[in-house]
Amino acid sequence: MVAIPSKHKSLTLLAGVLIAQLLLLAVQIKRDSRGRLIRVWAVSAAYPFERSGAWGFGQIRGVWTHYFALQSTERENEALRIENDSLKLTISQLESKAAEADRLAALLNFKQTHEKVPMVGARVIAASAGMASRTIEIDRGEQDGVRRNMAVITPDGAVGKVIEVYGKTSQVLLLTDKDGGAGAMLVDTRTQGPVGGTGEPTMQMKYVATEENVTVGEKIVTSGMDKIFPRDIPIGTVMEVKPGNPFKQIRVRPAAKLDRLETVIVLLSQEPVEFKSEAAQSGPGGATSPAPNTQNTAPAAAEKP
Amino acid sequence: MNEAYELRTGETHIEVHKFYPGAVVLVAALALVFQATAPVYFPRLSILDLPLLATIYFGLSRRNPSTGLLLGMVIGLAQDALSGPTVPLGFYGIGKTVIGYLASSIGARLDTEHPAARFALIFSFFVVHQAVLMLTRRVLLAQPEAWFNVHLAIAAGVNALLGTMLFLVLDRLRRNS
Repeated sequence: MVAIPSKHKSLTLLAGVLIAQLLLLAVQIKRDSRGRLIRVWAVSAAYPFERSGAWGFGQIRGVWTHYFALQSTERENEALRIENDSLKLTISQLESKAAEADRLAALLNFKQTHEKVPMVGARVIAASAGMASRTIEIDRGEQDGVRRNMAVITPDGAVGKVIEVYGKTSQVLLLTDKDGGAGAMLVDTRTQGPVGGTGEPTMQMKYVATEENVTVGEKIVTSGMDKIFPRDIPIGTVMEVKPGNPFKQIRVRPAAKLDRLETVIVLLSQEPVEFKSEAAQSGPGGATSPAPNTQNTAPAAAEKP
Repeated sequence: MNEAYELRTGETHIEVHKFYPGAVVLVAALALVFQATAPVYFPRLSILDLPLLATIYFGLSRRNPSTGLLLGMVIGLAQDALSGPTVPLGFYGIGKTVIGYLASSIGARLDTEHPAARFALIFSFFVVHQAVLMLTRRVLLAQPEAWFNVHLAIAAGVNALLGTMLFLVLDRLRRNS
């Protein structure tokens, strides 16, 4: 025990007595919003230590979490990765369903706006196995009233024609197939000529004389002369025009998304169908003009001319 | 130790006084009772601080800092207790502890028997006591109050004058050496 010099004893006693009375005061004094003074002093005195302690514990916890607890982190990461993959798959499925719902809604809307036209919706269930042909298989057949040479369309435009019919399924030859095609005409000039496939994603409009004025971006619609497609169904857009002798070389971008068909419409008759597209409305002949049922020219125009 | 004795500090000879048994307790108790009751009937008497005068007197006479500060603490705490709930315990206790210590320390070094010296010392201790009270009030109680004013100066003078006379009476309670 440390001995206190006698001359300092009274000073030590004074300090002790004063501190004791200060504490006594602090216990009694109550500040307006901060509680008793002793509590304020205690909190103020402890604050630096508490803060240092919190910082120290935080550092220790950080070291433990970031360096020593990696085993659990790895397991957690693995679980999260699996969950992430699962969620991605779910999102993909939901997006696919949403897109399908949009397509079906478009088909339904199309059917509702053309109630007088006999048609049947169909789902694409298969496509041609090789590049040699461009065909699709749909889930509608003879039992549904589908027959050969019926037009197949989407709300965007012409798709092709039915070439084979089975009990519950049918095969459709796309416009882009080398043997596919349709009677067509330019919307602005009403110049007619068959549009046929080339085996590539684009099509070609043939037999348009060199002197005809054809511009890039011009719309092309069905002419109805092939007795397969009604008039004024969008076929595509002129994407390139080259001079030729005696006919121009015109490349056409299909209006329908032929490379990603999932649902289509089979027209059960050649009743005229109104398309509310700019192409149909801008032509001098008008899209709303009904097609005559007595079209008897170019009977095989749907196939390669 | 019933006898008075001399305290030698260098070349000076300071006498340490003893009192009759119970004299310190009796005087302190009377001072406290007077301080608590007299202003009720005579409000002007609130200017006096008899417990402070008792603390100063016994501090100067006993000349032992430890005894002086403990006596000051006891008298101060008793005054706090008698001052009602608005005065926290320790308010006067701190002030009188400091005065008890200072009075004992100074009494051990200086001759405080002369009336003029006593007047000056009482006046000074009153001011220091008020300063400690004001400091306590401002810092701990958060009650802004003037450090010193004319009223306090008058109170210091009145207490010094009364104390000087009172100390002559209290001297009679000392035991003869």
